[in-house]
Amino acid sequence: MNAAAEDRTPLLAVEHLTMRFGGLVAVDDLSFTAHPREITAIIGPNGAGKTTVFNCLTGFYRPRAGRLAMYRNGECLLLERIEGFKIVRQAGIARTFQNIRLFAGMTVLENLVVAQHNALMKASVFSLAGLLGLPRYRSAEREAIDHARYWLDKVGLTEVADWTAGTLPYGAQRRLEIARALCTAPALLCLDEPAAGLNPRESAELNELLLAIRTDEGIAVLLIEHDMSVVMEISDHVIVLDYGRKIADGTPTAIRADPNVIKAYLGEDQGEELPETIAADLAIPRSQ
Amino acid sequence: MTAASELAAEKAARPSLDWAGSLKDAALASLVAVLLALPLMGLQTYDIGGGALGIRTHFDWVAAAAAAVFAGRLVLRLYRQVRHIRESRGETLFTRLAAWGSRRVLPITIAGIAFAVALPLLPFSSRYLIDLGTTVLIYVMLGWGLNVVVGLAGLLDLGYVAFYAVGAYTFALLARDLGFTFWEALPFSGLVAASFGVVLGFPVLRLRGDYLAIVTLGFGEIIRIVLLNWAPVTGGPNGISDVPRPSFFGLPFARSAPEGVTTFHQFFGLEFSPDQRVIFIYFVILVLALVTNLFTLRLRKLPIGRAWEALREDEIACRALGINPTNVKLSAFGIGAMLGGFAGCFFATRQGFISPESFTFIESATILAIVVLGGMGSQMGVVLAAILLVALPEFGRAFAEFRMLIFGAAMVAIMVWRPHGLLAHREPSLRLAARGEAP
Repeated sequence: MNAAAEDRTPLLAVEHLTMRFGGLVAVDDLSFTAHPREITAIIGPNGAGKTTVFNCLTGFYRPRAGRLAMYRNGECLLLERIEGFKIVRQAGIARTFQNIRLFAGMTVLENLVVAQHNALMKASVFSLAGLLGLPRYRSAEREAIDHARYWLDKVGLTEVADWTAGTLPYGAQRRLEIARALCTAPALLCLDEPAAGLNPRESAELNELLLAIRTDEGIAVLLIEHDMSVVMEISDHVIVLDYGRKIADGTPTAIRADPNVIKAYLGEDQGEELPETIAADLAIPRSQ
Repeated sequence: MTAASELAAEKAARPSLDWAGSLKDAALASLVAVLLALPLMGLQTYDIGGGALGIRTHFDWVAAAAAAVFAGRLVLRLYRQVRHIRESRGETLFTRLAAWGSRRVLPITIAGIAFAVALPLLPFSSRYLIDLGTTVLIYVMLGWGLNVVVGLAGLLDLGYVAFYAVGAYTFALLARDLGFTFWEALPFSGLVAASFGVVLGFPVLRLRGDYLAIVTLGFGEIIRIVLLNWAPVTGGPNGISDVPRPSFFGLPFARSAPEGVTTFHQFFGLEFSPDQRVIFIYFVILVLALVTNLFTLRLRKLPIGRAWEALREDEIACRALGINPTNVKLSAFGIGAMLGGFAGCFFATRQGFISPESFTFIESATILAIVVLGGMGSQMGVVLAAILLVALPEFGRAFAEFRMLIFGAAMVAIMVWRPHGLLAHREPSLRLAARGEAP
């Protein structure tokens, strides 16, 4: 399977990514690939540099060294050369945040329509056609609402479309943030701890949603997650970071057995055997 | 359970005024007042000659203080209970008012516009009232303009008066040096003010909140000080006088016109009256304000308006969704400034004379207060707040020196009771349900 993976063109190839903040090396010479129609998980202890990788990919940080290549429509786009806010449009990388960042005072539907800002702005000819209420703009707005509606149905928020986003329960806010990222029509969806704070039932629903995004929509997912039941169940490929370095890279089964991973999570002096609780977390659920 | 015990239970469940507790509390407070007042007010030293001090007692003062504290404390306690009872029923005056208002936006708007249109014709109207109406409408227009920047885009601007000044001076200079009329200069005033808005926008792109407020405050002062000191062009503190008055489609409002020009009253065969111009000016600002309102309401429902609101809510999320924060901010500053420029142009033609005196910080503060008091982003709130802040102080002229005190107390009171503004109700820019179709 690995050999087959090497042959395919990756969607995203990160090569020798390095990010420093003063004396602190947050990400050190990191290389990995993410493939189309796959869920790639990045795991690691707190402070391992996972979110920093996301911030480099989505243009919030400018990496000190390395190459971030996104292959889209046969083109190779270098993310580190694209201005931050243009990455969504040009490279098709959308993201969510560890601490949810919704437009809390706006409605659910408005959140999703704002995500389609650039297309709508073009249709409104910088507000001129919109001000005059030309049919061209009105049909674009209808399309945007239909697109939003599609994702609302997918994440199960259609009922609350006209609610203020800030009043939704926590789990619904997480799903809304994912739907909002999907409304930008991305090729790669980067999710920063989407299962954080979810109860087991919500977490299972999230798994189904992510699998549907991958399989039905053909959107690749890059996932940072602490919840091992999510990671092990749905990932096609796992990358483990510790102190900014990649210490393991492979299928969930291989990662589970990797001695380096066990060491990073449990410390050097621990015995070879994993304590039962963590072994249970790392195990692939039987239900699969 | 019998009917009687049910009734008793209901009576117990319903909160009522606690007189005994309130009286006890008030008595306790007045006791504290007596203890404090006794040494501070009750005993007074005076010189009895030869450098020695005697003591005079003023127990009447102490009694007065105790009585005042007792009464004040009692009223406060009872008021709080009354409010609590009302709230437990889920109603306060303002929630009822706001709910009623949001259900009847259209009729209220139509009634408001009808009243504004009819104002000059009403039997009690006078030249003074129309002048006051004009002033209120200028502030309403400025409030709606600033609402774009502060209410929608969430960029705290303390120097909005700068754009008002730029608009006014643009018209005055164009008229003085190039002979422009009001209607010819109006678009230029807006354009020049908008470009000043963009110029201000660039250096403050990275700033938010308090920092932004300080820079905009500085910008407002810079404009005023430049106007004050650039005497060869702006006339310095003397300002610019003889700013032309607006004409009615080319018909001037004057008692007599130069050769070959028909005046308004001649054309319509009316008796000349200076009130005609005052009423016309009133209608000009009414139309300008309504156009401003329609324009900003429309923009709010467009992608640009939603982007402003999204920027106010979370700038980082905006970037992650591919929205260019620079463009969004500059457009908010530019459009807000343009509307301020239009208002400034009108102000110049109405006054006929402008000087830097008219564009001090207090103007910025008033406009901002109108927006905040009305409820950020609420169009109707701006009207209400403008009437409250501009018209009421006029009626309070009888109080003269207490005017500002009452004004300040009213502001504090409103902010305590309605911390989000008088009408803080946000209407979504689009709805799924309203499309009324099955999935």
